[in-house]
Amino acid sequence: MTISQSLIQEFIKLTSQSQVLTEEADRLSYSYDAAVLTPKIPALVVAPATEEQLGQVVKLAYENGLQLTVRGSGTNLSGAVIPEPGDSLVILTNRLNKILEINEEDLYAVVEPGVITSQFAEAVVGRGLFYPPDPGSQTVSTLGGNVALNAGGLRGLKYGVTKDYLMGLEFFDYNGNLVKTGSRTVKCVTGYNIGGMMISSEGTLGVFSKIILKLVPPPKASQAMMAVYDDINKASETVAAIIANHILPCTLEFLDQKCLKYVEAHTKAGLPVEAAAILLIEVDGSHQAGVDEDAAKVKELCTRVGAKEIRVAKDAEEKFKIWEARRNALPALARAKPTTVLEDATVPRSKVPNMVAEVNRIAEKYKIDIGTFGHAGDGNLHPTILCDRRDTEEFKRVEEAVDEIFDVAIKLQGTLSGEHGIGQAKAKWMVKETNQATVDFSKNLRRALDPKYLFNASKKIV
Amino acid sequence: MPEKNLPNATSFQELSDLLMSLDNLLVSCMRCGLCQAVCPVYGATFREADVTRGKISLLENLAHETIKDVKSVNERLNRCLLCGSCQANCPSGVNIMEIFIKARSFVAGYLGLNIFKKLIFRQLLTRPKLFNLVTNISGFFQKPFLRLANANLGTYKVPLMKPFLGDRHAPSFPAHSFVDQKKPENKPASSSALKVALFPGCAPDKLFPRLALATLKVLNHHGVEVYMPKELVCCGIPVLASGDSQGFLRLTGQNLQTLVKSDFDYLVTPCATCAANIKENWPRFMDRYLNWEKSLVVDLTAKTMDITQFLASVLKAPFKPATPKDGAQVVTYHDSCHLKKSLGVSAQPRAIINSIPEYRLVEMPEADRCCGNGGSFNLFHYDLSRDIGQRKRNNIVSVKPDVVATGCPACLMQLMDALSQNNDQIKVKHVIELYADSLPNIAA
Repeated sequence: MTISQSLIQEFIKLTSQSQVLTEEADRLSYSYDAAVLTPKIPALVVAPATEEQLGQVVKLAYENGLQLTVRGSGTNLSGAVIPEPGDSLVILTNRLNKILEINEEDLYAVVEPGVITSQFAEAVVGRGLFYPPDPGSQTVSTLGGNVALNAGGLRGLKYGVTKDYLMGLEFFDYNGNLVKTGSRTVKCVTGYNIGGMMISSEGTLGVFSKIILKLVPPPKASQAMMAVYDDINKASETVAAIIANHILPCTLEFLDQKCLKYVEAHTKAGLPVEAAAILLIEVDGSHQAGVDEDAAKVKELCTRVGAKEIRVAKDAEEKFKIWEARRNALPALARAKPTTVLEDATVPRSKVPNMVAEVNRIAEKYKIDIGTFGHAGDGNLHPTILCDRRDTEEFKRVEEAVDEIFDVAIKLQGTLSGEHGIGQAKAKWMVKETNQATVDFSKNLRRALDPKYLFNASKKIV
Repeated sequence: MPEKNLPNATSFQELSDLLMSLDNLLVSCMRCGLCQAVCPVYGATFREADVTRGKISLLENLAHETIKDVKSVNERLNRCLLCGSCQANCPSGVNIMEIFIKARSFVAGYLGLNIFKKLIFRQLLTRPKLFNLVTNISGFFQKPFLRLANANLGTYKVPLMKPFLGDRHAPSFPAHSFVDQKKPENKPASSSALKVALFPGCAPDKLFPRLALATLKVLNHHGVEVYMPKELVCCGIPVLASGDSQGFLRLTGQNLQTLVKSDFDYLVTPCATCAANIKENWPRFMDRYLNWEKSLVVDLTAKTMDITQFLASVLKAPFKPATPKDGAQVVTYHDSCHLKKSLGVSAQPRAIINSIPEYRLVEMPEADRCCGNGGSFNLFHYDLSRDIGQRKRNNIVSVKPDVVATGCPACLMQLMDALSQNNDQIKVKHVIELYADSLPNIAA
């Protein structure tokens, strides 16, 4: 550790002894996140407990040239909160965990960045409202992290992702000054849309202190079903047909054959393991009659396109069962081999069959195991590579395969990441998806807002 | 004959080699961090080194020699209740308890055990008569030292013992332990009746004999024959939690010698922790047992049950939901971790409560969140234990119950302390007491 004792004392003065972690064993536990990447131990970890402390810590760190990484629960999959090498500071937001306001009249909430996503969603439900973004890590992820990574989830197609709920933000700039953007109103054109720039900025532009989120009325009725296909193209055609008929299911999920086999081995739930793919479809709305009508139409479309079998949930219990396959997708895959590399390549909806075929080709080419599930309605697939990171030869093949998956996604006019973030993992690919001018523009923007390049330096744009 | 004791590391190199034997388990943690949602310690401190993901990372680094500060890793490793909440919720199915139990043994073997622990674990707990005498003497002499804290809960403060007990509000020792009150039994099983070995557990025997008596009353009521030997000793969990696998194996060996003496269909206990320990930890050391011990341990893994599980699942006692009487007492139920997360028992105790018309069951929020006792965790990390207990207490009082029921004496102690500290007028009972009280009394 190279940070001087006197500087550490200053951080303690701003906060308290117990909020500043210096011991190796403590710092080591902030060296990783959920991405399969090399950990880096930070020099210091500080956990501010108030907005004021947060601002002062940012200011002190920046003045002293410390590399600065803000961490919520450390659950992202792109290495976005793996600390920087050298004199690096990790700022923890999990003590800033107050829901400051839930406004039922004007349909918004104000939260601190360390509030846990699902706890917030539950509190909102308790007030008769709905906050839809539901990333896979929602039981532990923080709303600050969700905004920083623009987290998605299963409800993207109909309800959108975190960015669609961000109404306003307060954040500290590198001087430790508080910047405010957006408002509590539906409409707001005051100043630049800085919130739009901060969302998915991955901690590279400023440090969030307060977030204003939009809430919506909850759906009152829903209907879930599973459609089974012996041809993956038919599954994809179904997705296109549903949307062409102007029905927006709240969730439209996809599992491929390999994935089904793993899930069935794990759950013994009686899944159709011989199927090429299944779709899990749920429609919702404010009236049962309308939902029933949509569900009947979706069922008809599934049949017309050529689903081999359709299971419609008759009650809550059956609905729970239908979703079991999806709930267990990641657990089943994760148990199969020690290391799970969860990818996030996203393509236009119509290209899903091409993408799945390419993923399977790549798996064969590199002799690795890949199961694919994901959000078919969003074209957002999660090819999940099962391997053992201790096997260096195999892991090299995995890395090559991941590179090729990105290549294919870009060729299919898709994107590197739908919802997991760029972080450290994919920063080098930015030029390929965009161009040099885009990277230069982003760097210029970044230099203006972070002249010393200390905010999460190796992430997003390199 | 297998080597009784686990290897003891005498150098850092040997320790990291021992830890490398856990590498296949450690590597299956994918660092998703979902354990943060359920870890009671993390919920109180928000420190990554306190949550399972952080601990696994520390152990991996110790095994790979990228951190060498064993003491500081050990300190963090012990900030864990061994409640198993993380394992029950782990998407990758990491065998976390195996990792933690073995790692604690390896690390304690390397760092050494302090003299008090050695004396208690290897000299006191292994001698049932002496242990009984010590608690009887404590029971006899305790009166002048006790200051009543909460009459409703039966909790006391012990100001003179503050250096040892802190500000705890604890139950007093009863005048007579369970084994002193009841003669050992071993009637031959009749052809029609089931026979069970009753494993009272240290706490129901010495501190809460009413739990063991209630269990016995219920077994008698249902016509179950009981094998109740005096020679049973501690199940070994506090010893194992401190990493003393040698002391643990000594106790297990003694218990096996007692249990092998009689046939029985099931082993039942009112202590969720004993049941979980016998089922999960006794078989963890299979390679250290003699052949007859091995087969008995395998047998016990299948036969051991919590008393409520035995009643509902084996006796199929007809716990029909009853309509609560007018003026029925409100009961809320706390899921002991070792009952719900280790043994999968959560419906049975609720069915029992629901079958008694004198009670109305009202669920508290986070009913299955750990209360923070963790047995010896409470002894060595009282402040932390108390913080975790306060969250449980707040959840309990939010439903305004007359009684909080649970299935483990360790939880009982913790709930009594937490409620007493807040001067709450709520009774704390084991589910089996509620059931036993609802049964007619039979002449002894």
